[in-house]
Amino acid sequence: MTATIAKRGTKATLLIRDVRVLDPESGLDIHTDVTIEKGQITSVARQKGDTAGIQVIDGSGKLLLPGFVDLHAHLRTPGREDEEDIASGTRAAAAGGYVAICAMPNTDPVVDNASVIASLTEIAEAEARIRVAFLGSISRGLMGEHLSDMWDLAEAGAVAFSDDGRPVFDGGLLRAAFQAAGTVNLPLSLHCEDLGLAATGVMNEGTVSAQLGLTGIPASAETAAIARDVEIALYEGGRVHIAHTSCARSVDSIRAARDAGAHVTCEATPHHLLLTEEKVFGLDSSFKMNPPLRNEQDRLALVQALAAGAIDCIATDHAPHAVQEKDTPFEESPFGVVGLETAFPMLYTELVETGAVPLDVLVRAMSSRPAGIFSLPVPAIAEGAEANLCLVDTESEYEIDPDAFAGKSRNTAFAGRKVKGQVLLTLAAGRVAHNIL
Amino acid sequence: MSWNLLSINDLSREEIESVLATAAKDFLDLSKRDIKKVPTLRGRTIIDLFYEKSTRTSTSFELAGKRLSADVINVKSGSSAVGKGESLKDTTLTLNAYRPDIIVIRHPHVGAAAFVSRFTEAHVINAGDGKGEHPTQCLLDIFSLQQEFGGLDGASSLDGLKVAIVGDILHSRVARSNIIGFQKMGMKVTLVAPPSLLPRGVEAFGAEVAHSLDALSGVDVIYLLRMQKERHEGANFLPSMREYISNYCVGRRHVGKGQRVLHPGPINRGVEIEGALADSGENLILQQVEAGLAVRMAILYRLIVDNAGAGAVTTDESRTAGAEVKNIRDIHAVG
Repeated sequence: MTATIAKRGTKATLLIRDVRVLDPESGLDIHTDVTIEKGQITSVARQKGDTAGIQVIDGSGKLLLPGFVDLHAHLRTPGREDEEDIASGTRAAAAGGYVAICAMPNTDPVVDNASVIASLTEIAEAEARIRVAFLGSISRGLMGEHLSDMWDLAEAGAVAFSDDGRPVFDGGLLRAAFQAAGTVNLPLSLHCEDLGLAATGVMNEGTVSAQLGLTGIPASAETAAIARDVEIALYEGGRVHIAHTSCARSVDSIRAARDAGAHVTCEATPHHLLLTEEKVFGLDSSFKMNPPLRNEQDRLALVQALAAGAIDCIATDHAPHAVQEKDTPFEESPFGVVGLETAFPMLYTELVETGAVPLDVLVRAMSSRPAGIFSLPVPAIAEGAEANLCLVDTESEYEIDPDAFAGKSRNTAFAGRKVKGQVLLTLAAGRVAHNIL
Repeated sequence: MSWNLLSINDLSREEIESVLATAAKDFLDLSKRDIKKVPTLRGRTIIDLFYEKSTRTSTSFELAGKRLSADVINVKSGSSAVGKGESLKDTTLTLNAYRPDIIVIRHPHVGAAAFVSRFTEAHVINAGDGKGEHPTQCLLDIFSLQQEFGGLDGASSLDGLKVAIVGDILHSRVARSNIIGFQKMGMKVTLVAPPSLLPRGVEAFGAEVAHSLDALSGVDVIYLLRMQKERHEGANFLPSMREYISNYCVGRRHVGKGQRVLHPGPINRGVEIEGALADSGENLILQQVEAGLAVRMAILYRLIVDNAGAGAVTTDESRTAGAEVKNIRDIHAVG
């Protein structure tokens, strides 16, 4: 098992009555009761008998889903525990319905050798509320010069490799990384960005950047890098996962590479699926991220690709930042927004309720499909399965309030949004990880 | 007038005309008197907060405040707590505690003036925010054009006047404010630059675009921009400066009868403007400088008198001056 969770507290025993159970992987979409005993799902069927001694939850009007999996979170441990740590990051994730998340290795120190991953695993065993897995870096110190201790990292439990936050600029190094990762059968998660094209840009390049006078990041900074990286992956036969896809042309080139036989998967973030560069007009640093918010044409292409299954999964790119760092003029502010606590409600409200993306597609993209990409246990609602699930209220509306976040940071792009789909209860590895019932 | 002057878009055409009429009527001739001071803003405090080098803008704001009898304090980044790592938010909160009436800010980053306005009840004037905007430059340029092309009263319409803005538009906050402001006054704007010195998405401004100085032949006004060489370091915006000069440097031969040349300064002689043109009577560069003083006096004056009794809230819902000051006080009160 490569994902770690603290084994504290008792395994849950409870009965969720009269709930809509949706598990697209097994084709399940019924109103029924779900019984969980000592952390294991023992029955997905109506219970008529005696329920004495078992906690009963009224699931009417609610939705029970397989728990979510995020392949792209920044937990800031080690180095910036003031912004997030494993305890707070997994608490935030549980509040968003997640049962497993993967932490990026761009920490200080970088996760580039087995000792760092061993120490992270030890912390996770003590404080992780849900399963947390770690990626190892591709290059030593993220410097893009020499490979990290990739085989040791794999041995120590790394689920994938990434230099996220930075691209692997040297094609030769990327080739070597595919070969080394292939030896231990792990994928590379690539942050695709041509740094020469992105230069000093702080937002998408286009009519909004022109009007504001901000330096733009052209779409080509991403699309050219993806085109190169998938070509290298194809040639090497390597497994590549494209992080935070943001442009229409990126989707085109991923599709083309797939058609040519490359082992390519990709993710999109809720903010790229729901927001555009127009948001930057107010110069609010809550809308500063990398890749930047693109234009409406790009956003629609991402939504359509998600609906069609061409975008494999949702990833949050959860990037906590301290208030004092974000409370600065736009150009001075760091890139990134938090996302674990808002992903499902925002996507449910703005994509599912509007009819743009079917609910089962969204659930798969947040659960079974990401789990499969990094070979994590696939959350399922089935008799005999460990309870990894979340109970969601799709009827009542609530307002996203950053001050109520379970995580340490407040830098959300969705403050004040009125949404449905609040996560009421999360069970991870059979234990209650989040409960606001 | 609006509570703050952060963007030229804060003012309607009528407001621009009104402020400039004040400059013409009340302040333009003041500099020609022996006693160059009026008591209008006696007892008022103006803080000029400059995070970037400036000659014209900082001198004229300081002089404008002093000639209106305000108490003027200059804070320069090199000699203030900024050098000790104080954030713009904290510097603003600190200065706000002195209860200034107006804060004038120049800063290297877009939106810095709007950011400052969140943390002070003072009126905030954007004296240049990175590549963003420079609205007071825009106003003084419109004023100079009114003086040159308008009637004796200086207030007649600039409708239909054709102006070419030439040079390093990509890096220019002056260009951004002027494209908006000139069009607001009814002028027809053409942007002249190689494609690499125009921002991607420039069509959003609705101006004509040309890539050669041939476009100058039909215009009334040639507005030259400073080549911002400091922003070119490490990038290849041009094959070479020499080639730019041979294709885009404007000399007397490019200036037809009746055409006038403006430049916001400082000029790079021999780069965007030939020395002979800089020294000729066809340019209005020194008139612009003179106009700058009168226009900035009018802005300082009108910000205060037009908003007297208004309280620190604008009618513009998108910008509530000092919106976060109260919160901060609350926090301090609790602490």
